[in-house]
Amino acid sequence: MPHYPDDFIKDILNSTKTIAMVGASGNEMRPSYFAMKYLLDKGFKIVPVNPSLAGKEILGQPVYASLKDVPAPVDMVDIFRASEAAPGIVTEALAEKDRLGIKTIWMQLGVVSEEAAVMAREAGLQVVMDRCPKIEYGRHSGEIGWMGVNRKLIDNRKPLLFGKGGSLKRL
Amino acid sequence: MSEYGFNTLAVHAGAQPDPATGARATPIYQTTAFVFEDADHAASLFNLQVFGNIYSRIMNPTNAVLEERVAALEGGRAALAVASGHAAQLIALHTLMNPGDQIVAARQLYGGSINQFSQGFAKFDWHVAWADARDPETFKKAITPKTKAIFIESIANPGGIITDIKAIAQIAHAAGVPLIVDNTLASPYLIRPFEWGADIVVHSGTKFLGGHGNSMCGIIVDGGKFDWGSGKYPTLSEPCPSYHGMKLWETFGDMAYAIACRVLGLRDLGPALSPMNAFLVLTGTETLPLRVQKHCDNALEIARWLQKHPKVAWVNYAGLEDNPCYNLHKTYCPKGAGSVFTFGVRGGYDTGMALVNGVKLISHLANVGDTRSLIIHPASTTHRQLDEEQRRAAGAGSDVVRLSIGIEDAADIIADLDQALAGD
Repeated sequence: MPHYPDDFIKDILNSTKTIAMVGASGNEMRPSYFAMKYLLDKGFKIVPVNPSLAGKEILGQPVYASLKDVPAPVDMVDIFRASEAAPGIVTEALAEKDRLGIKTIWMQLGVVSEEAAVMAREAGLQVVMDRCPKIEYGRHSGEIGWMGVNRKLIDNRKPLLFGKGGSLKRL
Repeated sequence: MSEYGFNTLAVHAGAQPDPATGARATPIYQTTAFVFEDADHAASLFNLQVFGNIYSRIMNPTNAVLEERVAALEGGRAALAVASGHAAQLIALHTLMNPGDQIVAARQLYGGSINQFSQGFAKFDWHVAWADARDPETFKKAITPKTKAIFIESIANPGGIITDIKAIAQIAHAAGVPLIVDNTLASPYLIRPFEWGADIVVHSGTKFLGGHGNSMCGIIVDGGKFDWGSGKYPTLSEPCPSYHGMKLWETFGDMAYAIACRVLGLRDLGPALSPMNAFLVLTGTETLPLRVQKHCDNALEIARWLQKHPKVAWVNYAGLEDNPCYNLHKTYCPKGAGSVFTFGVRGGYDTGMALVNGVKLISHLANVGDTRSLIIHPASTTHRQLDEEQRRAAGAGSDVVRLSIGIEDAADIIADLDQALAGD
């Protein structure tokens, strides 16, 4: 698993407002559905991209067939597809980089493609691989500690209550 | 952020100031349930789609701090706190086993674990093959296609054996099964089994983690490294009927085992830890490094004194230079060999009984890992249910006395043993 400094991940989550989620699912038990649901709850704008659901909605958000159809702006492209698909998606993202204002390519937990990562970095984008933004958000806010997960962080400040059910925000 | 040291983690890991009040100590969330914001929020929680609290049988914010604390001290990925060490073993295995499956376990385990594995688990059609903690090859020989895990203690109770975790981990991994280590007697201050290749750690938190003899507690820690995708562990790799076909391994990755223990094992079997107990054990963990070092220093001093006593036939403490486990002690736990050990009295069963009847400071009871020094005669108590051969195999023959040395002044513990041995 690649290593990223805590502040690198935290800065990406703090500066990102809109995420294009490539491979978002309409099946409520798929990770790609509930990562989207979680991040919407946290105030991110999510644009689902999935050709088989284009024109429909997931969690009330219109679905687009590909990144070239997505309206600007998009800060981050989150790749929820098999690792082999990542280079192709990065190629599409780079073609839309200036129009959308993309700053980060994020590949989900289990998605690893050095080829895609090198392409994105050479184009000046930040890259995260093999991580889930939901898990990382939960780690930095403290919420994932509710599941007994070792966050490897120590907090001496009061976290902020945010959103539903006493959930936390402090990035 | 840099990695914090063990003492810092013991005080801080898992604990944030309370988000509602700013309380710095962890509040005791003595509540059964937590309100939902709305129906959609409730659905998201039940579907495991968002982090949050539902019901204290499954999770509780006080318990969660303890879980993260112990996960951090062990260097694991995630943990689950339950009602007792036995509950931890039950849930740790329930996640891996199906009827007809088998584990290979050290025959020197704590007598209560031997009972649980050989009698209690037999009712689930779970089988156990016993191996010798002193001989890793015996584990290899006992493995069959039905084997789902190897189970050992890092320091065996009461035999005092220091187990060669690394060698047994290699045997487990060659067979594609996880190594589960009961780390109760060592505590992560002395041994961190994940660093030697273990995959799952269980604790009776009742002992050194809590440390004050006031609360039952069990902990399961997921090391986060084992590959559950082989097909041997359908609970983790296959669609889960009670979560609409969710695959836990795919969804939760390196914390899937800990999540499965919680959302299946604890949810369905029910041995939840009370938040009050979690608070007391959590408070204990803050002084774990200080206490365990003092326990070990006292134990070595008393073991050396006993070795010279005319009424003592033998002392089995890995911290003594002539002990067969001395080299393993220097490899695995150089800071100390724990504080639970056995010695043999000349005169056998009756002398052992007379000794436990004669002590005035040391408490005669069935527990270990208390601040107080404790004594027991296993053959007449904890290992009573075993036959003579099983007792001897477990290091609990009729002349054996077990001590759990506390953090009092060593001189006072020695004086008490001296007068009790003299009074025989």
